[in-house]
Amino acid sequence: MELPDAINRWFTDRGWSIHPHQRAMLARAKDPATLLIAPTGGGKTMAGFLPTLVDLAQTPRAGLHTLYVSPLKALAADIRRNLETPVAEIGLPIRIEDRTGDTSATRKKRQRADPPHILLTTPESLALLVSYEDAPRMFERLQRVIVDEIHALADSKRGDQLMLALARLQTLCPGLRRVGLSATVDDPTAIARLLARHPDPCEILMADPGPAPDIRMLETGAPPPWAGGGAAHAIPAVLDQVRAHRTTLIFHNTRAQAEIFFHNLWLANTEGLPIGIHHGSLDRQQRVRVEAAMVRGELRAIVCTGSLDLGIDWGDVDLVIQIGAPKNVKRLVQRIGRANHRYNAPSKALLVPANRFEVVECLAALQAVMAHDLDGEPRGPGPLDVLCQHILIAACAGPFHADDLFAEVTTAGAYRDLDRTEFDRCLDFAATGGYALRAYDRWQRLVQRSDGLWQLRDPRSAQRIRMNIGTIEDTDTLKVRLQRNRGGKPLGEVEEAFAASLTPGDTFLIGGQVVRYEGLREMTVEVTRRADRKPKIATFMGTKFATSTQLSARILDLFAQEDWPQLPSHTADWLALQRRVSRLPERGRLLIESFPHDGREHVCVYGFAGRNAQQTLGLLLTKRMEDLGLAPLGFVATDYATLIWGLEPLLDAAPLMEPTRLREGLDSWLAGNAVMKRTFRASATIAGLIERNTPSARKSGRQATFSSDILYDTLMKYDPDHLMLDITRREALRGLVDFSRIEEMLQRVGDRVDLLRLPRITPLAAPLLLEVGKVPVVGVAEERLMAEETARLMAASGLDTMPGTQATAGS
Amino acid sequence: MRNDTAMDRHAFRFAGCDLVALGSGALWWPARSLLCVSDLHLGKSERVQRRGGGLLPPYDTRDTLTRLSADLDRCDAREVICLGDSFDDLDAANALSETDKQWIARLQAGRHWVWIEGNHDPGPVELGGSHLTELALGPLVFRHIATPAAQGEISGHYHPKAALRTRGRRITRPAFLLDRNRIILPAYGTYTGGLRSHDAALSRIMEPDAFAILTGPAVHVIPMPR
Repeated sequence: MELPDAINRWFTDRGWSIHPHQRAMLARAKDPATLLIAPTGGGKTMAGFLPTLVDLAQTPRAGLHTLYVSPLKALAADIRRNLETPVAEIGLPIRIEDRTGDTSATRKKRQRADPPHILLTTPESLALLVSYEDAPRMFERLQRVIVDEIHALADSKRGDQLMLALARLQTLCPGLRRVGLSATVDDPTAIARLLARHPDPCEILMADPGPAPDIRMLETGAPPPWAGGGAAHAIPAVLDQVRAHRTTLIFHNTRAQAEIFFHNLWLANTEGLPIGIHHGSLDRQQRVRVEAAMVRGELRAIVCTGSLDLGIDWGDVDLVIQIGAPKNVKRLVQRIGRANHRYNAPSKALLVPANRFEVVECLAALQAVMAHDLDGEPRGPGPLDVLCQHILIAACAGPFHADDLFAEVTTAGAYRDLDRTEFDRCLDFAATGGYALRAYDRWQRLVQRSDGLWQLRDPRSAQRIRMNIGTIEDTDTLKVRLQRNRGGKPLGEVEEAFAASLTPGDTFLIGGQVVRYEGLREMTVEVTRRADRKPKIATFMGTKFATSTQLSARILDLFAQEDWPQLPSHTADWLALQRRVSRLPERGRLLIESFPHDGREHVCVYGFAGRNAQQTLGLLLTKRMEDLGLAPLGFVATDYATLIWGLEPLLDAAPLMEPTRLREGLDSWLAGNAVMKRTFRASATIAGLIERNTPSARKSGRQATFSSDILYDTLMKYDPDHLMLDITRREALRGLVDFSRIEEMLQRVGDRVDLLRLPRITPLAAPLLLEVGKVPVVGVAEERLMAEETARLMAASGLDTMPGTQATAGS
Repeated sequence: MRNDTAMDRHAFRFAGCDLVALGSGALWWPARSLLCVSDLHLGKSERVQRRGGGLLPPYDTRDTLTRLSADLDRCDAREVICLGDSFDDLDAANALSETDKQWIARLQAGRHWVWIEGNHDPGPVELGGSHLTELALGPLVFRHIATPAAQGEISGHYHPKAALRTRGRRITRPAFLLDRNRIILPAYGTYTGGLRSHDAALSRIMEPDAFAILTGPAVHVIPMPR
């Protein structure tokens, strides 16, 4: 494809030349699918759009030509602005519009009747578009689709939904060409497979990755603490760095940590450097304000979370600080890329371990970055809950034939191996609920007509299905507002469970300020600024990342070294002491320590399987220990070990670690587990069993809705083979339960289990005692706790002696 | 009633009557051999589906009736009062499967059975038993929604639940609310949610010294959280 003069002139007028990868994209404009991997700031977006601009410059015509999909609404709007400028300057007759959840209804309607040349949107908005009956008309001239930040979508159900929507579009426009734009990833071919129509080929273009990043561990005056994630010890050193740079992004792994750190930073910020905070639980207005201040260059630092992993290019960021071990090298590299978006400047980054063990983790991560050894867990086949929703979306668009839809779905990479039986189960679920008891024949959601086509029984249900499109998990959150003050300024959101734990007078951190809980009004948490107590910390949801397999292996390799000149002496001495009194965990073996401490027996299992798997292991092992008569009382899990305490010493590890017993334990334990119920809720919502939004709900009181746990319990009791329970199990096993990593660990170590019986607690185990998130082993304990508390409350209130509250005899 | 020392009940005196709150959420009046349950919401899954909502597991009616059967067997009640919202709506009542209708008929056999009308089922249904808007029995009056000035009143409607913060965790259960004037029953139906006792609607109507009786495998009586 030749560059038209107007475009060429535009580049030369600015003294710019076209990047090699932009030219390469142009040369492949007719390929069915192309994946471009380029660092941020490499002119990636232009590379994606250049073929569109050239085509429309050469052959101007009406109709939707190119669809751009990004994971962020803000990105869609930002790209529109960035694209409109060159298009206007070159003088191209191209209309560019975005369409997201924020677009007005009238504009959306007009876009369907008279689409722009380039439409910028999100996976959810696209899924909604393909659900309309007029989708074929809207997309009839579509030539190209560009998926931006595809690496961020590839790991999530949003990506699966997007690819199913693209399969739909490809049926409507068989000549559709796909382009994916990605940051550096571990396995580009996996993303290419996801992007391309199966079995189309997909060429992968690698842009020049630019100079290697300048990345180090931050030297702090004080050594990091033994446990915890606050990194308060690093505050002075971090402030020094902020002072020495133009703009610093300070990344955290969780929102709660970001809040605490921001709070401490602010207390130490005596000279009043402008520093902001940004995370997903803050009010949108507040986030927008921080982003705008950042773009104007008014902030010296932003304390943030994954909410700034993607998005708007901020050229002025010259330092990225990662607080806490990065857990995952790929994400670390992408975060580092947020600094120095100019093409040929190295990104500068500092790692701040929050505790002693994280010093080792950070060193392992540094080595992995230097070795370009990115990690990634291969993703399993396309999830069925997303498929169930897709079937409903297809039905909204019009009657379909099951064979056709199946053929279409299996062109999406993630679903290429989908079994027809599985598909039929999903179709049956969407149509009838798929229950063993066929009760709904009259009210089926989808019905099969005499010509074999499936359609909605009641066309009006399309509205409800459309209202619930999307795969983003919706945890129950409550808005936080200042009480009446200035019209009740919204501050952000907290989890419902956290709000329920508050009593008036309690204080917590949100948006960097300490607020005082006053009460709950109309499902809004009302707070004031009258904070006089040490804050409780808002427990934000937000993912707790588990350390990747690759990173864990690197840590074990570090342990195997003779000595540790690369580590600060406080950490090296600690490891040396552990080696002297016990031993260090090794690759290919499983170290278990057993020792008495503080009047109880302890067992520490160094599985290095990641937080979720170690947590699961804790639940399974305590159950085994219960059976073995070891009377476990509780446990705590981190990314590398599980520490269990109880009454009897563990003297033989073999019966504990028996794989078949562990697997059996998993089956019975999973059934009643809270993780399963949470997973069920998420999947059942995606699959359309539970509606997040209904036309009338929202404002009505809460007694109308009932917990999804009831649905889960009911299915377990009456329909244990139901599709939703299968899906839940699969999802839990690869998600929070992460049993695959336990299996992997068991395979890795085989019978090489080393049980060391020691006289006292070991250096490596000691920090675990300080960890938060201890899990008590329960059974009848819940009723006992309640009885205790009941008696206390009644006595305290004096009500226990009132007539009418005492049990009457012989009732 | 068998098993008199069990933990799964709380006996108390109300308006001069000896009553028992059962862990199942039913109220038992031994002197009259009367069992009272509220807000069964039978046919809920059917109604949700009929109105174009999700296809909920159609086992709620079966589950609610199973639990009600167990309570009736245990108490051997001669009289049963369903305190309204027994059906998720009147069409849901008529749409109950033959199996479920026969099941209800079996439960009714040999018993005096009263359906109090609720806001979900404001009219008679094609099932045996008497249909009343409310019923006075001695000092007690049974109606669906509590009224402010009432005395000796037994009602449902609000699906009350209450939370107990223990040192281990916070536990929320459907609950009876009880003060000197009234008892509000928890919802008995399987597919029912709850309204926290903190809610203004409940805090307003209950006296300051009200109790909450938390249901479950063992019942617990606490000052009503508000």
